[in-house]
Amino acid sequence: MNRPPLRERIIENGIRVSAGVAIVGLILIFVFIGKEALPLFTSAEARQEASLSKLFIAQVPEEGEPPSHMWQPVSEMPKYSLWPLMIGTLKVTLVALVFAFPLALGAALFTSEFAPPWLREIVKPVIEMLAGIPSVVLGFFALIVMASTIQDLFGLDYRLNTVNAGIALGLAVIPIVFTVAEDALTAVPQSYRHGSIALGATPWQTARRVVLPAAFPGLFAAGILGFGRAIGETMIVLMASGNQAIPAWNLGYGFRSLSATVASELGEVVRGSPHYHVLFLIGVLLFIFTFLINLLGQMWVGRMNRKLTGRR
Amino acid sequence: MKRRWINFTSVFFTAVTGFACLLLTAMVALILGNIVRHGIGHISWAFLSQAPHSGMTEGGIFPAIFGTAVLVLLMTVAVVPLGVSTAIYLQEYAPKNSRWIHVVRLAIQNLAGVPAIVFGLFGLGFFIQFVGQGLDTVFFNGKLYFGQPAILWAALTLALLTLPTVVVSTEEALRVVPPSHREVAYSLGATRWQMVRHVLLPQAVGGILTGTILAVSRGAGEVAPILFTGAAYYLPHLPTRLNHQFMELGYHVYVMATQSPDVDATLPILYATVLVLLVLTFGLNFTAIIIRSKIRRRLRGR
Repeated sequence: MNRPPLRERIIENGIRVSAGVAIVGLILIFVFIGKEALPLFTSAEARQEASLSKLFIAQVPEEGEPPSHMWQPVSEMPKYSLWPLMIGTLKVTLVALVFAFPLALGAALFTSEFAPPWLREIVKPVIEMLAGIPSVVLGFFALIVMASTIQDLFGLDYRLNTVNAGIALGLAVIPIVFTVAEDALTAVPQSYRHGSIALGATPWQTARRVVLPAAFPGLFAAGILGFGRAIGETMIVLMASGNQAIPAWNLGYGFRSLSATVASELGEVVRGSPHYHVLFLIGVLLFIFTFLINLLGQMWVGRMNRKLTGRR
Repeated sequence: MKRRWINFTSVFFTAVTGFACLLLTAMVALILGNIVRHGIGHISWAFLSQAPHSGMTEGGIFPAIFGTAVLVLLMTVAVVPLGVSTAIYLQEYAPKNSRWIHVVRLAIQNLAGVPAIVFGLFGLGFFIQFVGQGLDTVFFNGKLYFGQPAILWAALTLALLTLPTVVVSTEEALRVVPPSHREVAYSLGATRWQMVRHVLLPQAVGGILTGTILAVSRGAGEVAPILFTGAAYYLPHLPTRLNHQFMELGYHVYVMATQSPDVDATLPILYATVLVLLVLTFGLNFTAIIIRSKIRRRLRGR
């Protein structure tokens, strides 16, 4: 075969190179966020104020007081404990998942197993609409509209509490859980269902005993990917959390998440200060954590596909 | 007796899952209904075409609409060629089932899962402080020109964020082109690039368009990546150069909702801005859905 003309070879090499952009992008993200966090490990000046032990181990704020975890980066003696932020992130994520999972999985089961086709054509666009609502709009809705109702409903002391933010965050998680779960359920071959129905099982029994076990890896992946989405979500939590950096699990209080801390403080921080480096370290932690979560999720999606196609 | 019990549980649990669907639909309707009801009254031609004044309590949101439009336009210019050529590589050039193709796919899926705020940090650390300040040192004698938050850097940050959307959509479109079309092109003596250019791409235009629209809709709604890369709350001038800052609808909503000194006075404007943002993203999404369903119908009709 003849070699293609020069122009084509240039274009084709361009195509080959461009395929690497996603990989290079991921590496650059890690390197350039990591670079700004690095002084916390190397610079004596930064370590004096915010060494790793100060970030993770309880510190004595003043002589004679018990050691505690505090996030007070702007004060005479800055305190950089990440615990309040991690607890905040985890508790709002838990509320979001408790709210989102039953709804998303139930809806996915209904659309794939029980709903007539015309109803499916209504439910799926509704979920797509929910997915299309920008997170800043959900944050606005939680802050302006939902907050007072939720406060009255649960009889809570604070208007901006974890329940409210968790529900709003759950709304952002539902579409991804639904989509992955619904894909998994519809990937189960029809012959499984026909076999079960032919043996006299009701549609519910078929769904419960045949389809759900067969789709389990995919449903598990849906949960993992939903978790990853919730951990990193910023705008909803930033707007509806009440910004209280307190190490308390109480759902009636406000809180402050890792992501929201970066969003609200990076704008005013002095470049090169320990505070600045800590904010980038939070970015590194979020990046690594969601990266691992996503890998795990995709592993389970792959397992689902192999299980159904019978390939090992 | 047992039979009846089985029937009862079956009907009950089926109803529970149906109820989940109903609840979801009701919540979406509630959110959208609330925003439309409170927002629609304040929308007028003046609101869409004027700049805000009197501390955001009066005037319109034109600069934010303009900024959003320019931002997603720049983003599109960057992301579409990259995304499309990545998809072409994955579908047509890479050896099938190779380890490399697996790694590229994994990277794209993982890129889609990186939190938006991390993209914001990356935009600041890479585009502004590394690329921008590098350009300033090399070409502008260290004078501040590109090493600051700017619409260009915000757009490029969003381009990386929306890359997976474009790749996935284009790949899907390329995959459904029947193998026979490729074989005919080759049998007529076409080179691989000629086949891609004249056979595949014309058929994939719909899919590429769908991906582009979805990316634009996503980019127009994301706020976290542009917080530190170029968005500003109020600017007296529209952005006319690549290194200008800009106003943006989502950012406008965020600041008005959280930092307004007089929430009650700005509330009608806030609602109306949210409505404009929603109409924009939903309008784009619906267009994408319609194009996609048309393509699918055409494919089934063959």
